[in-house]
Amino acid sequence: MAADVSAPTLANRFQRPGVVGLIGMLVVLGGAALLLKNLTVSPSRFVEVTLIGLTTGCVYALVALGYTLVYGILELINFAHGDVFMLGGMFTITISTHLFNLHTGQGFAIVPIVVATLILAMLACGLLNATIEFIAYRPLRSAPRLAPLITAIGVSFIIEDVGLFFWGPNYVTAPDVFPHSKVFSFHGVDYGWNKLIVVAITIPVLLGLLYLVQQTRQGKAMRATAQDKEAAAIMGINVNRTISFTFMIAGALAGAAGLCYSLYVTTVRFDQGFQLGLIAFTAAVLGGIGNLPGAVLGAVLIGLIQSWNEGLPWHMPGSDWTQSIVFSILILILVFRPEGLLGERTPEGG
Amino acid sequence: MSERLANPPEVVGIRNVFRARWRALPFWHRVGISIGIELLIAIGLFLVDRSLGYAVATGAALAWLRRVPPLPWRLAGQLALISIFLVTGVPSLAAALAIAFAVFWAPPRYRTWVLPVVAVTLAVFYPFYASKMFVIPVFGVWPDVATGVYMLVFIMMAVGLNIVVGYAGLLDLGYVAFYAMGAYTAAWFSSLQFPTHLLHFGAVGIAPNLPGIHISLWLLLPLAGVVTALAGIIIGLPTLRLRGDYLAIVTLGFGEILPQIARNGDNFFGTGFNLTNGPNGITPLDSLGFGNSISHATAGFLPSNYLQCCSASYFGHQVQSTDVFFWTAIVLLLITVFCSLRLQYSRLGRAWIAIREDETAAAAMGVPLMRTKTWAYATGAFFGGVAGAYYASFKSATFPGDFYFNISVFILCMVILGGMGNIWGVIVGAAFLAYLNQEGLANTGQWLNSNIKVIGHLHLPGSDTPGLDVPLFASGIYGAIILIVMLFRPEGLIPSKRVAAEMHEGVHDEPLYDAQHAGSET
Repeated sequence: MAADVSAPTLANRFQRPGVVGLIGMLVVLGGAALLLKNLTVSPSRFVEVTLIGLTTGCVYALVALGYTLVYGILELINFAHGDVFMLGGMFTITISTHLFNLHTGQGFAIVPIVVATLILAMLACGLLNATIEFIAYRPLRSAPRLAPLITAIGVSFIIEDVGLFFWGPNYVTAPDVFPHSKVFSFHGVDYGWNKLIVVAITIPVLLGLLYLVQQTRQGKAMRATAQDKEAAAIMGINVNRTISFTFMIAGALAGAAGLCYSLYVTTVRFDQGFQLGLIAFTAAVLGGIGNLPGAVLGAVLIGLIQSWNEGLPWHMPGSDWTQSIVFSILILILVFRPEGLLGERTPEGG
Repeated sequence: MSERLANPPEVVGIRNVFRARWRALPFWHRVGISIGIELLIAIGLFLVDRSLGYAVATGAALAWLRRVPPLPWRLAGQLALISIFLVTGVPSLAAALAIAFAVFWAPPRYRTWVLPVVAVTLAVFYPFYASKMFVIPVFGVWPDVATGVYMLVFIMMAVGLNIVVGYAGLLDLGYVAFYAMGAYTAAWFSSLQFPTHLLHFGAVGIAPNLPGIHISLWLLLPLAGVVTALAGIIIGLPTLRLRGDYLAIVTLGFGEILPQIARNGDNFFGTGFNLTNGPNGITPLDSLGFGNSISHATAGFLPSNYLQCCSASYFGHQVQSTDVFFWTAIVLLLITVFCSLRLQYSRLGRAWIAIREDETAAAAMGVPLMRTKTWAYATGAFFGGVAGAYYASFKSATFPGDFYFNISVFILCMVILGGMGNIWGVIVGAAFLAYLNQEGLANTGQWLNSNIKVIGHLHLPGSDTPGLDVPLFASGIYGAIILIVMLFRPEGLIPSKRVAAEMHEGVHDEPLYDAQHAGSET
């Protein structure tokens, strides 16, 4: 109660794993046992599903990083982020097929097209996200904390309807251009190029982001603003511009994720953004919100859990329950370890 | 804060220049120009839609009447306005105006009570005159009585959510979970869902040997509330320790998990146990009703069975089954409002407000945080559960599709639009939005498509007919309402003074050294 509001002492931290920690260990061990059993029942299936999970996890990582960036700097859960991701997928499909005439059977000509589309989609989503911040969140900087959160939900619904307005209520399909031929085989399981391409797009983007945040002047400004806005302003950092820049980067990541998702899964619908956004948010919380490597770790874990749950043959709940499992993880993490797997314990987190 | 440091407040924008020039004009010039502009707008609208022009002109006239200082002049103007409507043949609008003015002229001592009493009376008699009402511009005909039941149920839920969000300041994004729980609790104990158990207690309108559990819905309504409140406590105990936005996410998680359980609950992990009958939902439910003996004792005034109702006829209106549900909903809503009002300034209610404004300070003053928050959660959940159970009995069914996240946001939107923390505002906001959702959006869409060519000739992807299917965009419209209200009037349409002050001055994370911020408006 009152003690929870104050910063925990060291002793507090060591008291924590008791019954709660034990239950957590049991849950994790149970999950691990289930996975082992599945591994022995059909190893090839396990490998296949794991590879799929890693690929999905990479897409989630891009979205989750956007959540983490924004949360890190404004302590705001940007509900609209998932819908920006959805628009990224829609932009990708429209730009690549209408502007660059992307279709199947083009061979290596897809490489420049995909790269150009990636740049355009990232730009568009980045600008969109910065605009959202300018219109919807900036005027509420000094309002009570919950005000921008409520606004974010409103914005999310609006963007969803923008997708519905321009792309209709049905699935929008993208041409299946990524080659499915195998890169390598493992235990009789083929790893396709389409999965590798997603990873190959994701990893440079992630490295670029890490470089940006940790090595550049702008990244330093972002970290300073995240720590203390007033102090950052006194040091001569233009706080509003830094926040806009952060939103732009987050939006660009969502655009990249939208491209990967739409070209890998090949279908996007206007309402998929919100659900996937929540899953990605769970990933960010799992890794420790505000922590960039944590978001990636959480996203890969969530991707694996989802894909194990949906693909493994022996006594898994199945895709009907994926959402429930993901949200249960979210609730358990928030209740028992709000700092996430890699995050630092903050006074507010408890 | 930093924004302020970057932009000094003396910046003169183009808006301020215009405002200054406008204020420099002589008074009568301003009056003339305003009336001219209003007339132009009214005439323009009149060309689009007759009644819309009328409505805007009336609104403008009312706004001007408020400014006329000498009382006899004002009274004369109001009488003239009423008589215009009487002469032009819109007696119901004249009656509405007359009532509005009566409320306005009531002595201040009674004014707070006149409006609620008039509103309740009008609501109670609504089934008798619903079909005789005038056509509202743009929005079309008045809602029918079934929509009225829907509105009342959602008002009840909004009042319940207002306790959690408005009084205690805990953002609950999964309120629909309580609604679902109430509905399923009522459904389990008054339907054929568990045919192997046979238990009858006071249910009306069923055969004596019908399988399944059948308990009187009068008992199930409070039971559903209590079950839901218990669920609220169970959900709340571990999660209410969390800070505001984390709590919002956790409630959102529950709001997503529960409908999924309802949807997949017809066969739990392949065990064959059917709890919720899956996507087909549980239907039919037993009927509400007072039973034959009470019905006979009151000479048919209290109907024995709501779904097969009624023989009575008042004021030349044959009482329908829907009407009875409508009146019962009014009674339930009045109970809810009464509880909510009594709670507001009770010891508990004041503790809620203290927590909303500053949790740390409240804790320091000896307010038990967890217990107080849990009470808010349980109370809000109780009303959500009762409303859910009642709506399930009205529809005689419950489906998992009724409990999606959209509905949570929809109810939240009602609370925000009306004014967080102010019960009258919440009621107005909820009534308006529930009406929009059920009939208003479709009517408005029809009007837009037929009267505005740009919209009527739109060709949207995925639809075969031209035009804009407005109800399809409902959630975006609610989103836009939330956004606009939060940006321009965060305290809602009818705010409580206290929340308005909080919204404009800010209560959390205010740096002490920000001298510029003190007393300035945001």
